[in-house]
Amino acid sequence: MEVAVSIRNAVKRYGAVTALHGVSLDIADNSFFTLLGPSGCGKTTLLRMIAGFEEITEGEILLFGKSIASLEPNFRPVNTVFQNYALFPHMTVLDNVAFGLKMKNVDPATRRKRAGEMLELVHLSALSERMPTQLSGGQQQRVALARALAPQPKVLLLDEPLSALDLKLRQAMRVELKQMQEETGITFLFVTHDQEEALTMSDRIAVMSEGRVQQIGSARDIYETPSNRFVAQFIGQTNLIEVDVTRVHKGKADVVLPSGQGLTCSAAAASLGRHALSIRPERVTIATRGELKAVVERVVYMGSELQLLTRLDGGTAFSVRVQNAVRTEVPEPGTQIRLKLEEGAARLLTD
Amino acid sequence: MVGPATDRPSGEATYARIVRPLLLPTWLVIGTLLLLPVLLMVVYAFLTKEFRGGVEWKFTLAAFEQFFINRGLFGDEPAQIEWTYINIFWRSIWQAALATLLCLLMGFPAAWYIATRRPETRTIWLFLITIPYWVNLLIRTVSLRFILRDNGPLNEALIAIGIITDPLPILNSNLAVQVGLIYSYLPFMVLPIYAAVERYNFTLSEAAVDLYASRWQTLTEIVIPVVKPGIVAGAILVFIPALGAFLAPDLLGGAKNFMIGSLIDEQFRGSQGNWPFGAAVSVILMTLVLIALLLQARGARRPS
Amino acid sequence: MKGVRHYPGFLGITIVCLMVLYFPLMVVAVYSFNASTSITAWGGFSLRWYVDVFTGPEAERFGLATWNSITIALIAASLATIIATAAALAMIRGGRFRGWKATYGLINLPLMVPEIVVAVATLIFFSTIGLRTGYLTVLLAHITFCIPFAYLPIAARLSGIEPRYEQAARDLYATQAQAFRLILLPLLGPGLVSGWLLAFIISLDDFIITNFVKGAGMETLPTAIFGSVKQGIKPNIMAISTLMLGVSVLFVSLSYLINQRGRSSASIKE
Ligand SMILES: Nc1ncnc2c1ncn2[C@@H]1O[C@H](COP(=O)(O)OP(=O)(O)O)[C@@H](O)[C@H]1O
Ligand SMILES: [Mg+2]
Repeated sequence: MEVAVSIRNAVKRYGAVTALHGVSLDIADNSFFTLLGPSGCGKTTLLRMIAGFEEITEGEILLFGKSIASLEPNFRPVNTVFQNYALFPHMTVLDNVAFGLKMKNVDPATRRKRAGEMLELVHLSALSERMPTQLSGGQQQRVALARALAPQPKVLLLDEPLSALDLKLRQAMRVELKQMQEETGITFLFVTHDQEEALTMSDRIAVMSEGRVQQIGSARDIYETPSNRFVAQFIGQTNLIEVDVTRVHKGKADVVLPSGQGLTCSAAAASLGRHALSIRPERVTIATRGELKAVVERVVYMGSELQLLTRLDGGTAFSVRVQNAVRTEVPEPGTQIRLKLEEGAARLLTD
Repeated sequence: MVGPATDRPSGEATYARIVRPLLLPTWLVIGTLLLLPVLLMVVYAFLTKEFRGGVEWKFTLAAFEQFFINRGLFGDEPAQIEWTYINIFWRSIWQAALATLLCLLMGFPAAWYIATRRPETRTIWLFLITIPYWVNLLIRTVSLRFILRDNGPLNEALIAIGIITDPLPILNSNLAVQVGLIYSYLPFMVLPIYAAVERYNFTLSEAAVDLYASRWQTLTEIVIPVVKPGIVAGAILVFIPALGAFLAPDLLGGAKNFMIGSLIDEQFRGSQGNWPFGAAVSVILMTLVLIALLLQARGARRPS
Repeated sequence: MKGVRHYPGFLGITIVCLMVLYFPLMVVAVYSFNASTSITAWGGFSLRWYVDVFTGPEAERFGLATWNSITIALIAASLATIIATAAALAMIRGGRFRGWKATYGLINLPLMVPEIVVAVATLIFFSTIGLRTGYLTVLLAHITFCIPFAYLPIAARLSGIEPRYEQAARDLYATQAQAFRLILLPLLGPGLVSGWLLAFIISLDDFIITNFVKGAGMETLPTAIFGSVKQGIKPNIMAISTLMLGVSVLFVSLSYLINQRGRSSASIKE
């Protein structure tokens, strides 16, 4: 596996503000890599440093093993799909798509042909003579994609390209983007703050927060085995319970809940003392022989699911999700229930 | 162009009708004191000249004939093209066009530079550029006349440094008029371009560079086409007043370097004046301006 | 790596622009403090030409011209502001109506016709209707060409004030007139002041049109200066010029400050 982009200890400071505190990550060639994090965590900054629009303060960025620090953006073999597309308003769709080729001095015939192919790839051949303002948001998004792919970059950078689209279109584009990545074989570096988007498309995800990478892994890795409190809370929903760890042995830990009850849970690496225990709401069922006692406070109807907001013995708020099947019996608020944890549902977090 | 608000609840319709009569004073004042006079001026261009200024209400093409056709001193020779006035127009157009071009070459970089400063410093730069625009044009032209004189500060400085030994005769030349025009109208070029650059989406430049365009290719391929309405507006704001300029040619050009403004002015001075001819020259000038405005309307049309 | 906003040399050209614009003004300002009678040689610092402006042989002529200039500018700017405000209300709050574009063109007509042509047309008009050229004709001409200058900032400000403020006032039982007086007028304030200041300066500034329609004997400050300059630039002219320069700078600063204040009234969208 070749490494397309390697970021080593990247630091970015804007005067007194530090946007990135030493980020390191490797992006495999021909993969779909996502930077996921809340707004303001430094995703755009990192992307712009790779594209060449921001200078790196410390550290280095390697593209297929070569440092690109000294290259102006127009000499870097990477292209960007900008957040608001940045289509050139005075050029037709076709001219927009052919622009990169023109700047690379590709002859007019070839560039028309290649631009045409790209428009076919994004299903917009019929609109090639339109001006960008005559397109819908979704169509503009596709033009931006075709334009960035046309010069066949080594890496494609996408900065929240779907955020301006409506939900239906966004969902359709997720699948299409992943397909396109596989068809073209180009490495996609995708930026989003939407965890669902990240989970559905990515080969690997880097979760970022406050200018630091919190965890890198596959969608399954970061969801199932979040390495810290931030990742557990940011990816999906979870219940966090403060516990005391009394014993650690072979990937397991014995902990004491606030109610005083003991529990054994999985733990990658843990020390004794106070820690957070993460339990996903959908990994819990209502069962008469369950190990946790709780009182139902509120039932929230969510369509395909129901969410029960409960309170455990010991006072911790705890939410539970149950499928909204015909047979589901919904407990009334105020009733005492017992909750059963699935195998491996309780995970001790390391920070 | 500041347009009316479009999304208006239906209850506002009556309000709209109530405020419309407020246009009456505008129509009345500009209508009678400018539109009507301009129409009257067109009529005057076709009237007969009377001695001691004034006109006789007899229609004739004499004024236009005087402009275009030469029949000799006593009007009995075969008709030839009269070049005197056409040359004055030609020189004016040429001077105004050159001034427009030079203002653009200086004004665009300045507007760009100012519009790309941080907001706090930007207002200071903008303030500096606008102050001269507010200073009386006559005073500014007089200042220029003062420093361009044979023994004025500019020549003295040049002699003092030793670049020249004899004063350069800059005043009363085409060059002086050109300097005067640029100096008079440069802020008119900077301000509309500034406004356009301020609205410019710099991500477009980044997208161009990302697609392998150099800095200068980005300028010519993306920036200039996108901010073109501002450039065209600036060009019009410089070209039109420069074409009809009076102060710069009069105070800096001297008698030899007549422009349209002085030609018209002369027709309304004392008993040597010729009102129908002055009106005719004004009509021709206005036609040129209309053509320039039409060209602008074309050029400013945004890509749709 | 410099950002896409950076172009080498643009700062230099900006500085050249500023030097071109300021150099002549500064030279004149400096020479106005020259003690020497000759305008060529520097004879040391003195205020004698400023004294001369107020007490010298031309003091009365320039005093009268200044009085004419200022009274005309005051009246023309005020009337133009009132007319322009009424027009802006109709154009921006009156919806789209037949003749909207024509009216827009009419308001801006004084800006599109070259000044010298306005001058010729106005003179011909006054002469035809038999109005003697003098103070009144100058005033009428100034009111006319000041209207678009007052209109621009007022209309810009008004279109930035969403109709919902007046609607909210109406919703809270204000009459049409009360909504205008209590809501719209205060919000419009900075626009009115800018419009008035702009019109005032433009009126004070005008030479070409005034020169055509003033008739013999009547002078405004620019025509008086022009007449004097024709016989050569004298030091007292430089002192007057510097004074006018100061007034202009004062006015721009004022209008600038008012605009800044207006902008910070947060309720208004830009
Ligand atoms: N040009 C800049 N000057 C100062 N601070 C900036 C600049 N650009 C970004 N930042 C700061 O850097 C941090 C990261 O921003 P960004 O990369 O845009 O975040 P994201 O794309 O994840 O939302 C933010 O705190 C932001 O305020
Ligand atoms: Mg971002």
